[in-house]
Amino acid sequence: MSYFFQIVVSGVVVGSIYALAALGLVLVYKSSRVANFAHGQIIASGAFITYALTVWASIPIYISFFISMLITFLLAWSVERIFLRRLIGEPIISVIMVTIGLASILDGLIYLTPFGTKNFSFPLFLPAEPISIYGVSISWTQLVGVIITVVLIGGFSWFFKKSTVGISMRAVSDDQFASMSVGISVPSVFGLAWATAGLSAAAAGGIIGNITGLNFDTLHAFGVVVFPVVILGGLDSILGAVVAGIIMGLIQQFAGGYLDGNFGLNGTGEVLPYIILLIILLIKPHGLFGIHEIERV
Amino acid sequence: MAKAALQKNKSEQENILEVNNIEVVYNDIVQVLRGVSLSVKKGSIVALLGTNGAGKTTALRAISGLLKPENGIIKEGYVRFRGQDITNKLGTEVVRNGAVMVPEGRRVFKHLTVSENIRVGSITRRDGHARINKDYELMYRHFPRLSNIINRMAGYSSGGEQQMIAIARALMAAPEMLMLDEPSLGLAPLLVKEIFDNILEINKVTGTTILVVEQNARIALEIADYAYIMESGRIVLEGAADELKDNPDVKEFYLGVTQGGGRKSFKNIKSYKRRKRWM
Repeated sequence: MSYFFQIVVSGVVVGSIYALAALGLVLVYKSSRVANFAHGQIIASGAFITYALTVWASIPIYISFFISMLITFLLAWSVERIFLRRLIGEPIISVIMVTIGLASILDGLIYLTPFGTKNFSFPLFLPAEPISIYGVSISWTQLVGVIITVVLIGGFSWFFKKSTVGISMRAVSDDQFASMSVGISVPSVFGLAWATAGLSAAAAGGIIGNITGLNFDTLHAFGVVVFPVVILGGLDSILGAVVAGIIMGLIQQFAGGYLDGNFGLNGTGEVLPYIILLIILLIKPHGLFGIHEIERV
Repeated sequence: MAKAALQKNKSEQENILEVNNIEVVYNDIVQVLRGVSLSVKKGSIVALLGTNGAGKTTALRAISGLLKPENGIIKEGYVRFRGQDITNKLGTEVVRNGAVMVPEGRRVFKHLTVSENIRVGSITRRDGHARINKDYELMYRHFPRLSNIINRMAGYSSGGEQQMIAIARALMAAPEMLMLDEPSLGLAPLLVKEIFDNILEINKVTGTTILVVEQNARIALEIADYAYIMESGRIVLEGAADELKDNPDVKEFYLGVTQGGGRKSFKNIKSYKRRKRWM
């Protein structure tokens, strides 16, 4: 039985990290309807900046974590300001192509740094001894990671639900012309969406880096791995990203824990989430929490 | 000369909005407005009437800085609001200056709740939570119907309710001048009456200046102080609302009443095809 709960716990840990990584995609999609293919690279940059600040500049991690969030906030904002703002009003596909180009540029830049080729790992700053209850164990790093994730996602949800700026971001995704008519500056909203996405990416990168170590390939693959999560959650719903992230994490861990090695199966953890994704989308094409177009006749 | 200049100065002080000879061109090629001039006195209700495609909506968008999404621009002339030049200014700046437009077809944020729709209207304001909250409460007094559906998604409310939401949303910016684009569009006559009563009440209670674009000339002339009639991108007639109501041409072409006042027989139906040549 403890094996079962151990798998549940690791599923939730993996899932909540998926959710945090997916959050940035949701934020950008929510306001501008653009799928950001450079998100994985921003996550990786966030992780590397945190590492560089912590290890090379010897800044305590609980400060460097926030500094790197601030840096990616500004970085993502300037990306929007420099590359994407002039594309407002152009077809979405051109914007998506720009994000793909951006991903290549960031790849190239990162390969110029040591992070591109070498693996690093964060020094342990929490007790190495895992917490163990009835044979189910979770490491301190994972626990803190999950807590930060919960706080961040809760904060973002509150921001979108209650603050006028957050509501205005949802308004822009709803109807751009009407948003302009009430005085919302649509370009600033896009800038803010990218900036907050960058911030959440740095947080995700920092947490993933602490749990799994810093490997550029793994980190930027996150940008792709979370796409099914986002699609399953319904693309523009934060709650959807959380639920879908945890579903994905659980499926992956259960498949890995129970199916792999039995019945001659292997690697089911990698495949099964996509199969379930297909099935769910067949039943609910808008994803679990996706917005249905409201049509009144 | 000096007297004339003084008089001009005075009229500009009274007029909250001055539109002088504007020409609007879409995509650098399609000219929609050809020298439109109009002025709106502070605190008054002004109606801009005309048929489909006369350029009323374009005029309103030109004033509120919302031509850009349609690739339009004011090529000639100027728009002055509260003495400041707002020609080709961005929509955000115009709202900050105190002129807000309620777009045609309501355009509520469908996936936001009614209260979120109304709240987001205060985005440009910097005068503190207390005042904004007070205005927010006031909206439900202007539109009591909305207080029953505060948490409903706006997309699921009725056409009349959506119009009220859109007006309340615009009023949350605490505008000096409220512009309405076809508030009667697609609404039942009783609802149209209710909406126009609301507009009149807002004007009387808060002193907000109102510029309303309408095809429904009858109801618009009922609440307006002054009116302009547009056709093919020009102003063709203007005057106090009461005078226009009695103008025989307006009666025939916009109010659907014939000279005699009585009904026309089928025999004379041809005369309806007669078109007034304004120019």
